[in-house]
Amino acid sequence: MADDAGIDTPVHETGEGVRRRDFINVAAVSFAGVGGLATLWPLIRQMSPSADVLAESSTEIDISQIAAGQAIKAIWRKQPVFLRNLTPAEIALANKVDIGSLRDPQTLAERTKPGKENWLITMGVCTHLGCVPLGAGEGEPRGEFGGYFCPCHGSTYDTAARIRKGPAPKNLEVPVYEFNSDTVVKIG
Amino acid sequence: MSFPWAQHYEPRHPFMQWMDEKLPLPRFVYNAVGAGYPVPRNLNYWWNFGVLAGFCLVIQIVTGVILAMHYAANAGVAFDSTEHIMRDVNWGWMMRYAHANGASAFFVVVYTHIFRGFLFGSYKAPREMIWLLGVVIFLLMMATAFMGYVLPWGQMSFWGAKVITGLFSAIPLIGTPLQQWLLGGFAPDNAALNRFFSLHFLLPFVIAAVVILHIWALHIPGSTNPTGVEVKTESDTVPFHPYYTAKDGFGLGVFLILYTAVVFFAPNALGHPDNYIPANPLSTPAHIVPEWYFWPFYAILRAFTWDFFFIPAKLMGVLAMFSAILVWFFLPWLDTSPVRSSRYRPLLRKFVWFGLLPDVIILGYCGGSPAAEPFVMISQIAAAYYFLHFLVILPIVSSIEKPEPLPFSITEDVLGKDDHAVLAPAQPAAA
Ligand code: HEM
Ligand code: FES
Repeated sequence: MADDAGIDTPVHETGEGVRRRDFINVAAVSFAGVGGLATLWPLIRQMSPSADVLAESSTEIDISQIAAGQAIKAIWRKQPVFLRNLTPAEIALANKVDIGSLRDPQTLAERTKPGKENWLITMGVCTHLGCVPLGAGEGEPRGEFGGYFCPCHGSTYDTAARIRKGPAPKNLEVPVYEFNSDTVVKIG
Repeated sequence: MSFPWAQHYEPRHPFMQWMDEKLPLPRFVYNAVGAGYPVPRNLNYWWNFGVLAGFCLVIQIVTGVILAMHYAANAGVAFDSTEHIMRDVNWGWMMRYAHANGASAFFVVVYTHIFRGFLFGSYKAPREMIWLLGVVIFLLMMATAFMGYVLPWGQMSFWGAKVITGLFSAIPLIGTPLQQWLLGGFAPDNAALNRFFSLHFLLPFVIAAVVILHIWALHIPGSTNPTGVEVKTESDTVPFHPYYTAKDGFGLGVFLILYTAVVFFAPNALGHPDNYIPANPLSTPAHIVPEWYFWPFYAILRAFTWDFFFIPAKLMGVLAMFSAILVWFFLPWLDTSPVRSSRYRPLLRKFVWFGLLPDVIILGYCGGSPAAEPFVMISQIAAAYYFLHFLVILPIVSSIEKPEPLPFSITEDVLGKDDHAVLAPAQPAAA
């Protein structure tokens, strides 16, 4: 019968017609679709940081020359890191803050290493849109909370580098680091 | 639109006849921007800016392709290669100034073109698609200009790239990985510079393609006009050529005088001196600002300094900034008035000229100023008003406003009701 041409299971037997051509269509489109999606992945992934960028070495920094109240900028992963030697007054100021009132609640102790609460080591990258805040360099303004001040959109950080005012959502990030000795810090 | 009275293309020269059979490109041009395209007879100079925008795109592509012959997209040498263009390449300084100021000119023209839409209701049916494609072009232009500004790899280039890609880090969960994916690193560096160059080269051609769609969509209903009354009879139109080729040509002359005056006499007036300092990842310039054409949107970004319920301030700013443009996509449906041109809409006219326009200028001024008071507070008020205009004022005005009487036709508007002055006998209006 002309109507049954190409139909494996004739309509009058099952009530529905599954044609060989339908199967071929579905199979071909599925294979092409899966293949297409699989091709997309390398096209997307090539944009991610490449192996040489990811192979970031760690950086060792000598902190023996940083007097209390001073800070230096170092580079790690091509981004600035602030290493700051807090004065007792600055530590007291940071500890006096009511943690509940903070946008990103953290204590100074949580942001430093035990026994080395005076060493505030953070990324020098504003958590708003990534500018380098002022306050680590000699004579730079430190903002009304005595920590860091970002000139880009006015985010103000306190002496534990916690966000206190302005658009930034988070405290300055604390990188992975350890003290190799009392005077050398290894970041990364 | 090809109204029934449009003139027909009849090639007389044998070569043109031969051409017409093989590839009717001259016919296409004749019907698109030649004598075969009837256009409302009353278009004023606001209608010059589409052609001017197209011309700007050509300037950018020509000067850009030339710059790309001398420029090197490598973080180590990009800055020096830009200085090489300025100092060593023959006429290189002119190409670069023409390109950098060409971008500014492009935005002046396009902002005027968009404002024309606000004034004359060009976004209204049946021209919604033209408007939507226009907003797409504007978004592509912003992306192109942003990536172009990164290429000279000066301080503003670097920090602009950092701040703008930082916008994406505001997105919850995927934000930071997304930013690193966009940059190909943790901060702007070689990978970012190279891909920005690649895309900066590509996008103008994508823009050209969308421009073709934009004009294609335009040629279906044809241009609107200052009255907003649709074309009814032949006497409402004139052929595009020679009438508007001449008018556009005159406008182009005026534009070129102003543009070249800036290129040759004040080429750095719109730029930022910090971009003549090589990129330094360790020191942010005291006052980073984008190029002037992004200032209103930048002000909206910075206006959000407090958290909004569970949405952090940073994300709010980013959402608001993008919404400021995305809201334009809804304009054809937010404005429900049956009257198109604000010439007959006394309330809307006032809100556009004395509300929206000054508001955007104030936003722009704040966006170019430091992030300090009083600018933050002014931006907050102005940003609120901006959204109020589109989301509240416009719909309300559309429904309560009593429009002024419309002319019966374009011809009547131009010539008055004098029957003798009307060129063609009045025909009954098509429904
Ligand atoms: C939509 C059109 C375009 C816009 C809005 C635009 C915008 C810009 C801007 C703002 C700059 C920075 C200028 C400076 O500070 O010196 C720039 C640089 C550059 N553009 Fe474009 N551009 C466009 C089209 C093109 C095209 C089509 C090409 C090449 C095919 C191109 C190639 C370049 C190159 C090589 C630079 C870096 C050299 C320099 O800084 O002068 N541009 N562009
Ligand atoms: S980048 Fe620091 S406040 Fe915006």
